[in-house]
Amino acid sequence: MSSTTNSPTHHTSTIGAIGAPSRRNTELALLVFAVAIPVFAYANVGLAINDQVPAGLLSYGLGLGLLAGVAHLAVRKFAPYADPLLLPLATLLNGLGLVAIWRLDQSKLLQAIKVAGTTAPRQLMYTAMGIALFVVVLIFLKDHRVLQRYTYISMVGALILLLLPLVPGLGANIYGAKIWIHIGSFSIQPGEFAKIVLAVFFAGYLMVKRDALALASRRFMGLYLPRGRDLGPILVVWAISILILVFETDLGTSLLFFGMFVIMLYVATERTSWIVFGLLMSAVGAVGVASFEPHIQTRVQAWLNPMREYKLSRTVTHDGIVHSDQLQQALWAFGSGGTLGSGWGQGHSDLIKFAANSDFILATFGEELGLAGIMAILLIYGLIVERGVRTALAARDPFGKLLAVGLSGAFALQVFVVAGGVMGLIPLTGMTMPFLAYGGSSVIANWALVGILLRISDTARRPAPAPATNPDAEMTQVVRP
Amino acid sequence: MNKPLRRIAIFCGLLVLTLLIRDNWLQYVKADSLKEDQNNRRVTIARYATPRGDIIVGGTAVTGSTQTNNSGLNDLKYKRTYKNGPMWAPVTGYASQAFGANQLESIEDGILTGNDDRLFFRNTLDMLTGKKLQGGNVVTTLNAAAQKAAYDGLKNVGGKGAAVALDPATGKILALASYPSYDPSSFAGNSDKDAEAWKKLQKKYNPDDPMLNRALREVYPPGSTFKVVTAAAALENGLYTSADQPTNSPLPWVMPGTVTELKNEGNIPCKNATMREALRVSCNTVFGKIGADLGNDKMLAEAKKFGFDSEHFTPVRSAASVFSDDMNKSQTALSSIGQYNTAATPLQMAMVAAAVANDGKLMKPYMVDELQTSNLDPIEKTRPQELSRPLSTQNAQILQSMMETVVEKGTGTRAQIPGVTVGGKTGTAQHGVANSKNPYAWFISFAKLKDGSSPVAVAVVVEDEHANRDDISGGGLAAPIARNVMKAVIGNRT
Repeated sequence: MSSTTNSPTHHTSTIGAIGAPSRRNTELALLVFAVAIPVFAYANVGLAINDQVPAGLLSYGLGLGLLAGVAHLAVRKFAPYADPLLLPLATLLNGLGLVAIWRLDQSKLLQAIKVAGTTAPRQLMYTAMGIALFVVVLIFLKDHRVLQRYTYISMVGALILLLLPLVPGLGANIYGAKIWIHIGSFSIQPGEFAKIVLAVFFAGYLMVKRDALALASRRFMGLYLPRGRDLGPILVVWAISILILVFETDLGTSLLFFGMFVIMLYVATERTSWIVFGLLMSAVGAVGVASFEPHIQTRVQAWLNPMREYKLSRTVTHDGIVHSDQLQQALWAFGSGGTLGSGWGQGHSDLIKFAANSDFILATFGEELGLAGIMAILLIYGLIVERGVRTALAARDPFGKLLAVGLSGAFALQVFVVAGGVMGLIPLTGMTMPFLAYGGSSVIANWALVGILLRISDTARRPAPAPATNPDAEMTQVVRP
Repeated sequence: MNKPLRRIAIFCGLLVLTLLIRDNWLQYVKADSLKEDQNNRRVTIARYATPRGDIIVGGTAVTGSTQTNNSGLNDLKYKRTYKNGPMWAPVTGYASQAFGANQLESIEDGILTGNDDRLFFRNTLDMLTGKKLQGGNVVTTLNAAAQKAAYDGLKNVGGKGAAVALDPATGKILALASYPSYDPSSFAGNSDKDAEAWKKLQKKYNPDDPMLNRALREVYPPGSTFKVVTAAAALENGLYTSADQPTNSPLPWVMPGTVTELKNEGNIPCKNATMREALRVSCNTVFGKIGADLGNDKMLAEAKKFGFDSEHFTPVRSAASVFSDDMNKSQTALSSIGQYNTAATPLQMAMVAAAVANDGKLMKPYMVDELQTSNLDPIEKTRPQELSRPLSTQNAQILQSMMETVVEKGTGTRAQIPGVTVGGKTGTAQHGVANSKNPYAWFISFAKLKDGSSPVAVAVVVEDEHANRDDISGGGLAAPIARNVMKAVIGNRT
């Protein structure tokens, strides 16, 4: 299962080393950079746009530093053996995101169409809420295995969250995708939270059913085919994803949930056949829905020919479809950035207009920091994901492994789907870059996600209770390869 | 459970790798084409981010820049202004915040905005010394007095037309006027007023099509002015070796393969006339027959040497003039007197006059003399370039003297300038179905100073819808304009 089933060559990565360093000081040192870099970036934006260091520099720096400090102290106190990289990486992305959002707040164009203007202070508030939730997770979730108890409650919770945008009067249709709900002046994207809750459900469910799913199978053409009755769960999740696609017309959320499930199913059962099934089913589902859903068709058209869409958006069309030049504008932003970018505050990514600071925020980084900046950011995301998967490897219990890989996999898929969409690699979907983009739900949910990952890694790396002293121990010669 | 976990780790790595590859494709491989895409708003923003460099004529800028009201949503800081816009529009083109740019404003955009690669070194220096980016200047070859004479002349006549003047020895364009014209200042901004002005200038709403650059982009049947090319072909191919030997020209003359007589304008002495005499009174029969005798191939070869059938880049593109390549003898005869398919831009006919005046050497026409940085350091200077040699020196001099006779005592007497030798040729080209439309009045000419050098060659074409048809002739309408342009160039050099 966990460390016990490992081949001997790998056990250094999975056995909680006795007396392992907690790595908290490494984390603190990295955090200093994670706060300093955004502060410099912030000064840079101010100098580029207004020729002066922004007045809010000190409070912004102190605010971000304070939040990072609180998070660090919470980790030191409640999860001392947690992974040292995750918190600094998330802080860095969150800080850079704040700078980009503040930079777009300065755009007269975005102010005029009310997309930006005062979004940075709100994002800072959301960040504070996110870090508060992060701390709450560390304090109250003493052991991630507690979550196992709530497997089926999680299922119900996730379904409710996913269905909320469809409730009349609560849901909102923004640019064709129905993934938002409005409460008062706040709009919430329940899908971001559903991601975590669903991962808990899948992990709990698969931990129980994995043997049945893995062992009862027939071999056919080199693949282990599952029994008909074991197909049930994957069919249900598939159906739910299709329903999301049809009713909320959001390809991204649908792909994210189904992909997460397939990843977890594969890890739980070690059966490659599930991946094949998963890919086939998602292909059938996506093509099937796209054949009759005009919104998805528009997205695909816009992806295949963004220039045509740009031209249509500038003329009066009578086809009843909202044509958007956003993708073409984003591509221009990336292209105009080139290798090194125009520099903070000197690009024109505000031409993307709607969602320039949320779904399309990566284009601002692309234009102002260039290829170099985007590669750095993608690598930071890659590091977060790989630290998450490493946490799964290190975890000693199957539930922890499944939960960690589910959360990291979902995070990776989300980054891929959003960045790929903005860069024109795949059709655009309605999701946002974790930590970078403006949006409360996204920031808060992703801080909770990092909190859970830290909890699992803390449990994994925590030293095992010291074994009884063996007088022969010193006599034993250990030969290491 | 760890084996699939490792595979998932690899899978996630591949997802990131895919994104990295895509980003390299987008921001490295495709970067330049995306950056320079004319639909990319950044191109326009950069074009007006700093005061645009100027287009300069004779040491004076004919363009300018003003700061626009930048308080609202307008992301364009500066707006183009023009001095004497309608007069210079065929040279400068326009640069409009809302409607893009054309001609010099577009071709030399990199220099004018300061973003050209050739300014890289200077820009880097300026960046280090903290100076703002400034656009460079485009110094033209034009002659302000000649341009004014050309434009005013066309305007006084009041019909549609164009005039081009060249320096025969170098190919420098001295005047490039088109009428009716437009003021590029009127739509340089992006307000509703600018849009209204732009709309009014479009051909759809304005049948006069003022935005057409007639000097470079419109082809007209050249009429009798083409007889100069035909005469050159006769001399070059040895059909006749002198201007004063009688030609083999029966009158009346029936075109080969037809029963149609080629008519002359009125009762003029064309029977077996010498080429000098035939050019002086503009005999259709003599030059028609020369064309038919030489045949399509030889006529085409000569026309091509003068620049027909290809576009010219001055650097502003001029349309290709036409001399067809698949004609029978009677069609060749008609084409050789500038009718049938033959069509020429005013620039092309000026090139014909210039080649004759320059002793048979045709220079490539150009209008950009020098590109300069904002503090007037030269970046690039255009060197005169020989395009072809349509005539030998001897034949060119024969043709010069024939054209001089035309002005001295032929159809072109109104182009005479005291103290200056002027050679020219009139033309009256019919057009429209059954010649129903008003003909075009043409005049091409060159002036020669006492030292034998020729400082200017001109082509003028006028279409006058209001005038009495009989009044239209190259000699009457177009020749005085050509004379004034030549006088303006010569100035007090006589």
